[in-house]
Amino acid sequence: MSYFLNQLAYFRREKDQFSDNHGVTTDQSRRWEDSYRQRWQHDKVVRSTHGVNCTGSCSWKIYVKNGLVTWETQQTDYPRTRPGLPNHEPRGCARGASFSWYIYSANRVKYPMVRRRLIELWRQARSEHDDPVEAWKAIQDDSEKATSYKARRGLGGFVRANWEEVNEIIAAANVHTAKQWGPDRIIGFSPIPAMSMVSYAAGTRYLSLIGGTCMSFYDWYCDLPPASPQTWGEQTDVPESADWFNSTFLMMWGSNVPQTRTPDAHFMTEARYRGTKTVTVTPDYSEASKFGDIWLNPKQGTDSALAMAFGHVILKEWHVEGKSEYFDDYVRRYTDLPKLVLLEERDDGQLVPGRYLRASDIDNNLGQKNNPEWKTLAFDADRDRLVVPRGSIGFRWGEIDKRWNLEDKDADGHDVRLGLSQVESSDEILPVSFPYFGGGGNDHWAQTEHDPIQRRNVPIRHMKLADGTTVKVATVFDLMVANYGIDRGLGGDNVASSYDDDVPYTPAWQERITGVPREKVITVARQFAENAHKTQGKSMIVIGAAMNHWYHMDMNYRGVIKMLMMCGCIGVSGGGWAHYVGQEKLRPQSGWTPLAFALDWHRPPRQMNSTSFFYNHTSQWRYEKLEVSEILSPLANPKDWDAAMIDYNVRAERMGWLPSAPQLAANPLTIGREAKAAGKDPKDYVVDQLKSGELGFACEDPDNPVNFPRNLFVWRSNLLGSSGKGHEYFLRYLLGTENGIQGKDLGDERDRHPREVKWREAARGKLDLLVTLDFRMSTTCMYSDIVLPTATWYEKDDMNTSDMHPFIHPLTAAVDPAWESRSDWDIYKGIARKFSELVTGHLGTETDVVTVPLLHDTAGELAQALDVADWKKGECEAVPGKTMPNIVTVERDYPSTYDKFTSLGGLMEELGNLGKGMQWDTREEVAALGDLNGRHRGEGVKGGRPIIESARQACETILMLAPETNGRVAMKSWQSLGKNTGRNHTHLVAGHASEKIRFNDLVAQPRKIYSSPIWSGIESEKVCYNAGWTNINEFIPWRTLTGRQQFYQDHAWMRAFGEQLCVYKPPVDLKTIAPIKGQRDNGNPEIVLNFITPHQKWGIHSTYTDNLLMLTLSRGGPIVWMSETDAAKADIRDNDWIEAYNVNGAITARAVVSQRVPEGMSMMYHAQEKIVNTPGSEVTGMRGGIHNSVTRTVLKPTHMIGGYAQQSYFFNYHGTVGANRDEFIIIRKMNKVDWMNGPAAGDAMQVETA
Amino acid sequence: MENYINQFIFGVFPYIAGTVFIFGSLLRFERGQYTWRAMSSQTFTSTPGFRWASIAFHVGILLLFFGHLFGLLTPTWLYEGLGMSPATKQMLAIVAGGFFGIICFAGLTYLMLRRLFNARVRANSAAMDTFIIVLLWLQLVTGLCTIFVSTGHLDGAVMQQLAYWAQHIVTFRGGAHEFILDVHWIYKSHIFLGLLMFTAFPFSRLVHIWSWPWAYTRRRYQVVREQ
Repeated sequence: MSYFLNQLAYFRREKDQFSDNHGVTTDQSRRWEDSYRQRWQHDKVVRSTHGVNCTGSCSWKIYVKNGLVTWETQQTDYPRTRPGLPNHEPRGCARGASFSWYIYSANRVKYPMVRRRLIELWRQARSEHDDPVEAWKAIQDDSEKATSYKARRGLGGFVRANWEEVNEIIAAANVHTAKQWGPDRIIGFSPIPAMSMVSYAAGTRYLSLIGGTCMSFYDWYCDLPPASPQTWGEQTDVPESADWFNSTFLMMWGSNVPQTRTPDAHFMTEARYRGTKTVTVTPDYSEASKFGDIWLNPKQGTDSALAMAFGHVILKEWHVEGKSEYFDDYVRRYTDLPKLVLLEERDDGQLVPGRYLRASDIDNNLGQKNNPEWKTLAFDADRDRLVVPRGSIGFRWGEIDKRWNLEDKDADGHDVRLGLSQVESSDEILPVSFPYFGGGGNDHWAQTEHDPIQRRNVPIRHMKLADGTTVKVATVFDLMVANYGIDRGLGGDNVASSYDDDVPYTPAWQERITGVPREKVITVARQFAENAHKTQGKSMIVIGAAMNHWYHMDMNYRGVIKMLMMCGCIGVSGGGWAHYVGQEKLRPQSGWTPLAFALDWHRPPRQMNSTSFFYNHTSQWRYEKLEVSEILSPLANPKDWDAAMIDYNVRAERMGWLPSAPQLAANPLTIGREAKAAGKDPKDYVVDQLKSGELGFACEDPDNPVNFPRNLFVWRSNLLGSSGKGHEYFLRYLLGTENGIQGKDLGDERDRHPREVKWREAARGKLDLLVTLDFRMSTTCMYSDIVLPTATWYEKDDMNTSDMHPFIHPLTAAVDPAWESRSDWDIYKGIARKFSELVTGHLGTETDVVTVPLLHDTAGELAQALDVADWKKGECEAVPGKTMPNIVTVERDYPSTYDKFTSLGGLMEELGNLGKGMQWDTREEVAALGDLNGRHRGEGVKGGRPIIESARQACETILMLAPETNGRVAMKSWQSLGKNTGRNHTHLVAGHASEKIRFNDLVAQPRKIYSSPIWSGIESEKVCYNAGWTNINEFIPWRTLTGRQQFYQDHAWMRAFGEQLCVYKPPVDLKTIAPIKGQRDNGNPEIVLNFITPHQKWGIHSTYTDNLLMLTLSRGGPIVWMSETDAAKADIRDNDWIEAYNVNGAITARAVVSQRVPEGMSMMYHAQEKIVNTPGSEVTGMRGGIHNSVTRTVLKPTHMIGGYAQQSYFFNYHGTVGANRDEFIIIRKMNKVDWMNGPAAGDAMQVETA
Repeated sequence: MENYINQFIFGVFPYIAGTVFIFGSLLRFERGQYTWRAMSSQTFTSTPGFRWASIAFHVGILLLFFGHLFGLLTPTWLYEGLGMSPATKQMLAIVAGGFFGIICFAGLTYLMLRRLFNARVRANSAAMDTFIIVLLWLQLVTGLCTIFVSTGHLDGAVMQQLAYWAQHIVTFRGGAHEFILDVHWIYKSHIFLGLLMFTAFPFSRLVHIWSWPWAYTRRRYQVVREQ
């Protein structure tokens, strides 16, 4: 009807009144409501998810109307769990729900963008050179030209280019770099493959094909807890969130579950309805605190002191007093507590816990032929004889004899019950020295005056070795009881008979350090253990990054893990270590690796641990103020440990412990050519050259142009706005642009210069080309030379998995990529095509010499069993793959790069597939994939090979090859493991043997994966996924030295730093305040606070802080939280503009003054970017920085250990980590808020068209 | 030629303007319900000055509107029958029109300057918003100027000419333009601008004039639509 004609009946509309004429009924038209109905009508609904660094992996409905994405809502069609367990829905959070804003926002990167200076240089060079590679070379050879665009990084001036042009620049730069400097100088950084695994694989496949280096993220983000590889030989494996419900005692320790694990938090509250007791441990009153029946707030950074006190109570009341048969049985069978440790006698007669006793120490190797030096020993408690228990790593490699398992048998097949303590059968009781670190650190932390060497009585046995000497040995259990300072009636000093004794590590002792009342510690410890005893292990600790970002994070974590292991909680549904930091669980991992690292064409790929890389190549080592002596054990000889931090890293690279990038101090293609010319095997050639000193490692001379990383790709990442610790160092050295560094390097302090690294004048602007792929103009994009517009998560096909649930999710393209954006897969495919075109004539088939570290889960992890010897110092022979990195040659046919990118290579049939030490044939799967995806026609390397042209075909490739999504492959991988363990594991997946998951299945509904030996939990109708389940129930050893969960760490470097057993170590002193305190007076009072960077509520998991909706909900710009007390001291009121700075740089932000925060601590939420509402800094005179502007990476030598069973390198598994919480800042109110809105010098947005 | 122009503007154009005004409004009401609104810019800046100006403008313009309605369309016999001479009526028009004209002028000038020079308001103004406020202002200024001309002939004759023109137009009688062939150009331009305003009306925010929120004065607490 007509609106107007309806109006004619205006006065006759009312029909009837009711309620005493307070209401009226009318026959008015309701047509206006249609628009509200249309608001909720759409043309289609598509399933996708959000690929940020979120463990959520939530299924979302994406609504499309008239070809545009309108909004998203939570999907509710997950496969159900099982009776008695709540379902997964609803999953999702406000951050994910805000995502569709990005697609059509002003912040969207719509076209390929290039910095004006560079594009002008390029167009000019191209007009002079027909060959683009020559054009790039011409720019780089002219240092004035090269500096001119590098110095403008971060200062705007982007102009629009087109795909043809940018692909040409990038490919030309890559070809030139590979040819002149070496392919390993082409670097790629992308984090968290699990969040969008095909997008990740696109870049790494391209890089791996050309010999470029793929960078790790997990260690760099400091989300990798080194305690996990140390204890279990596993990067991280954790229970799914549904398993929280099965727990009956749940601790949330440094994990803000409702805020940062929002979609999973319901399982926690549901568990509470069920009666589960919850305890939260957080220094601030976080969102999680209110869920705790008990809330403990230790001073930040002192968690290990609290954990040690818990451990003291548990060990004393349950183990020493022997109250629980369950605990006793568990630690005997599944941990290293029965294992024997040699006691080293120092020159002054002190006994120090040394390495594990090995079969090779005993006469006739105790009957062991295969790897006797890698087999640890114990006593059989019933027969009191020395035995070689099964499962240690020596059984895993070499001769495969089906004895690598955790059965209660010794090597010879006799039943054994291992002895825990020798207190009954000891030869003598002697004091053993343990290090104590609680008196160190700076005065922001309580220092106690206990003796740095704590001698405590331990029952000891004498043993005669093969070489005739007699040694003293003790069990790990006895050493640990002494380490915890428990009085078990053996007399001696430094032990506590009461919890009120001020002896490390009693509840009374920790009170002074953590501030937590001792009664609460005793209560929680007792309840934790009692619950575990009664439920056989259902005590769980949910733990977050908060504790892992400290320099001594391994102490925090090992303290917690020990509580769990003592109480038999690991590997038990409802119990265990629930570390949810970073979305590390790439469920179909071994199906993905061939695609991602082009293992189908070339093996091995080049991979690098990012922390060491950035520490080295952003010159952060030049500023290192932390001396090794500050963290060394008082029982170590300081003379052996007087080098700089970087020196230990260089040694680790040289000994093959850590990877290198760039690898050698020469172009590896040139080395290949020279070796060929010299008629030598490249391996021998390189060893000779290294030994003679003609060739070095790139890490030894990072300021030499030969060793610069030259090209850097960043995708799916905000390296410079988020994860780049030492942000200002990145800017000065890697990028060569404006930066806010306030301190001085060690140039003048010659005695502090490293020995292994050549000190030269610092190089600036090492990168020739920085390319970032993103859909939003992030901080990293602002610093890049080229920004490529990529598809959002609603515009591409991809896959996504999480550790929080066992489902595999699709991302599907709801709409085509908007404007000129393309999916990551298509972008790298385009670059690969251009690269193949341009490389012809420059590089043909080349021999690339690749150095490979001693990798975990390969036989290489058995390198130096008993001691550390450095070939460079002449302490041993240089043997590739044993005392130094392995040296492998790879033949690369450069012009066929594109053909290889788009097809599945022949190595899959030739060598099969592999994962975590298992290997299986994969011919059937390759054939099936060819049938599914089709095969390339014609000749050349790709002729007849399965096609991988589209992202969807790439998804199918992963799904076909992975045991988790292809039942047949799962069977094969379990069989492979069975060969080693001598046990049949295939029953775990037999029901799925003929099933496969296809991409369209995922689109229909998220699918639960199949149980696979790649992971230590199972997918079952009966139990939830929980880490360690198969170790416990299938008797599969942990991939550690002893094959068991290790309380004890026996590597020489671990001993030197006093970390054989867990101890309390206070945060380290980074000395970033004193040189600048009071030096930059602006008239306002200055206060010094500890700087904490937690994950936030309005960004991260799972969106970014520049999202308008999130900015509207928060304060709309950078903020720093502080306590009311500290604010009063500095005369700061809520919402004042403040500056936070130290020698590393400066941040400008608003103050949030809150009772939430304890005194002495400040919090700046992670990754707030500097592109929104960030004014200029009074200290630097430049725009304020990001949270990492005040941080600098510091390495820890114990994380560099390699070639030693579980302490061996693997990509994203082990290595140095980028800790940042020990940092301090000066905070003061700003006088003048300068928005720096003036025009930039000479970088107008217009550029003349070519 | 001059005659033709006069005839077109004052004889034909009023019907064009009237047709566009009526049918344009109808169409907009039917097809563009969501655009049928005043488009207030008060959310961008709301100062006390603005609020006073807005009230002054609206009060002034409303009374001017009714003044014109009465002045132009009341037949001479009617008000003479009531004992009011044309001269008296003209004086009434000058005084009342002048008074409310000045109130309206103060408000409208403020609003126009705000629309043109306040950055936020300007950024949120469509071309039509600026056009219509400038048009209204010119219309008001020419109207005020007629007072000075009228004081030259206080007998009410010119006023009657204008009224005959208007009454002929609305009663569809031919030759209406002839009544105002010889009036001062200032009256002509005032009329022309007025006709222009009627033409622009359906395309502008002025449509809100059609909708008076009468219903609110007698609305019940609860309204149930039965359809």
